[in-house]
Amino acid sequence: MRGARPDARLTGVTAHAFHSDFALRVNGADRPLTLDHRVTLLDALREHLALTGVKKGCDHGQCGACTVLIDGERVNSCLVFAVAAQGRDITTIEGVAGLAAPEELHPLQRAFLEHDGFQCGYCTPGQICSALGVLAEAARGWPSHVTEDLAAGVGAPGELDADEIRERMSGNLCRCGAYPGIVAAIREVAGADGGGAPATTGVAGGTR
Amino acid sequence: MKPFGYERATDPQAAATLVADSTGAVYLAGGTNLVDLMKLGVTEPALLVDITGLPYDSVEHRPDGGVLIGALVPGSRLAGDPGIRERFPALAEALLSGASGQLRTVATTGGNLLQRTRCVYFQDVTKPCNKRRPETGCSAVQGLHRDLAVLGTSDFCVAGHPSDMAVALAALDAVVHLRRVKGSARTVPLNGFYLLPGDTPHRETVLQPGDLITGVELPPPPEGAAMSYRKVRDRWSYAFALVSVAAVVATEADGTLREIRLGLGGVGARPWRAREAERLLTGRQPTEERLREAARAEFASARPLPQNAFKIDLAVDVITAAVRDLVGGQRR
Ligand SMILES: Cc1cc2nc3c(=O)[nH]c(=O)nc-3n(C[C@H](O)[C@H](O)[C@H](O)COP(=O)(O)OP(=O)(O)OC[C@H]3O[C@@H](n4cnc5c(N)ncnc54)[C@H](O)[C@@H]3O)c2cc1C
Ligand code: SF4
Ligand code: FES
Ligand code: FES
Repeated sequence: MRGARPDARLTGVTAHAFHSDFALRVNGADRPLTLDHRVTLLDALREHLALTGVKKGCDHGQCGACTVLIDGERVNSCLVFAVAAQGRDITTIEGVAGLAAPEELHPLQRAFLEHDGFQCGYCTPGQICSALGVLAEAARGWPSHVTEDLAAGVGAPGELDADEIRERMSGNLCRCGAYPGIVAAIREVAGADGGGAPATTGVAGGTR
Repeated sequence: MKPFGYERATDPQAAATLVADSTGAVYLAGGTNLVDLMKLGVTEPALLVDITGLPYDSVEHRPDGGVLIGALVPGSRLAGDPGIRERFPALAEALLSGASGQLRTVATTGGNLLQRTRCVYFQDVTKPCNKRRPETGCSAVQGLHRDLAVLGTSDFCVAGHPSDMAVALAALDAVVHLRRVKGSARTVPLNGFYLLPGDTPHRETVLQPGDLITGVELPPPPEGAAMSYRKVRDRWSYAFALVSVAAVVATEADGTLREIRLGLGGVGARPWRAREAERLLTGRQPTEERLREAARAEFASARPLPQNAFKIDLAVDVITAAVRDLVGGQRR
């Protein structure tokens, strides 16, 4: 990064500071920060809050490794500036255990273990956060590109077949090719919970 | 990345004033295109004015069957909206075929309209590009242009508009709602919103500095219309279109086409409305032969390049199949 000025102000052009003091609400706790505006949510979580579960793959929205939940919706944290995420409810993989039941792995985490949903594990935090988003979207009946009847949508997460899961998870790449295990793990949880599964934080209706 | 200021706009006038008063200020919506281009050094704003707190985030269905979509409504929610799925399925399909689940939750309706081309030279600041830096030349004509456009291009730029959503909006006769810096409202038909590159490819829309998109309005679809969005790409999911077709079709009892509207993606410098094909088909029976002829006629003015000439044959096939299936009662 070049060009940061010592006084952190762009004199003569605007009167706007290059950094801000703010808090990020992560996994239920307010974390005060002073950050340059250029810091992405991904880098804030990893480098400033030591939440290294979230991973950086491409840094350009293409791989899904950085997926976290913001107000219950899955988001690529590499394309969000941290300063723009203030006031929102952020859940990282570190906060996923305990979402469904206190002090316990989330059913999705257990299913990934049971079905060998990973090899090196690098994509896994993003896969699991993304899958939580998939379950929440399906619980609202939202269709995907492969849903037969768009207007009818899907009745419940339990109706997601392998094609549906593959399509809905296409924003998460796995370089190890653990896809069969990933799909099996998500199917199991979607089927078992039939709609009540996505115990994510924040709004269920998904305002953004 | 250059350092920049950040402000959250709490009301539209404050947003407009911030942008009008500061050199190098731009609106920040979902950021999925802007943040990416800032990382690449393609865009270097001095100030980001975050508009996500403004009250343009609802989908309002109207008694006449039309709808007003707020500029901040994300693609995921728009595609999930029951009224959109029921009455504007081509729009829902277009949205669901674009980007990924975790991009659509953030990508807004206004930002989607204004996303920039995916031309690799536009994104690479070490290469000449007339769109990024006027009068430096176009690297794509002699270089990689397989994914770029064949319709509406010029010697100065052959880039395509990448949006799926905007192609459906073109076929749905959408109207873009704007708020000028001073506060007055203005509407622009989507099909007059984008400029062709000509010798000024850096000018992409009719927007003036500080104009804020507040929403997109869809008039009620034609009585009894069927519609679909069909996208052909290099892989099954999560890729931009090579060719896409948004088709809106209404037929008479005897099968003639009372009304047909075709939006094309992947082939145009802007989301392309195939007026010539529509003209040739309106009031006619949609036979396979006539569909092919009309689709081909749309490309009479095309300027294919060696790597993307295949798009013309492909588009003729996809247009023909899309209309044939719609008339035959098949969505895709
Ligand atoms: C990996 C990847 C794959 C993708 N695949 C596809 C695809 O297959 N199909 C497709 O269609 N798209 C695709 N996209 C693009 C995506 O749809 C756009 O990035 C997104 O729609 C932009 O919306 P945003 O809200 O994030 O805009 P931003 O990035 O916030 O803004 C984009 C531009 O619009 C301006 N702007 C935003 N809102 C307003 C407003 N209300 N008024 C005035 N100006 C405004 C901003 O100043 C900026 O210049 C892909 C993106 C990525 C990263
Ligand atoms: S096609 Fe347009 S965007 Fe691409 S290099 Fe040429 S001028 Fe730039
Ligand atoms: S690191 Fe964010 S999508 Fe790849
Ligand atoms: S488990 Fe290695 S990248 Fe997915």
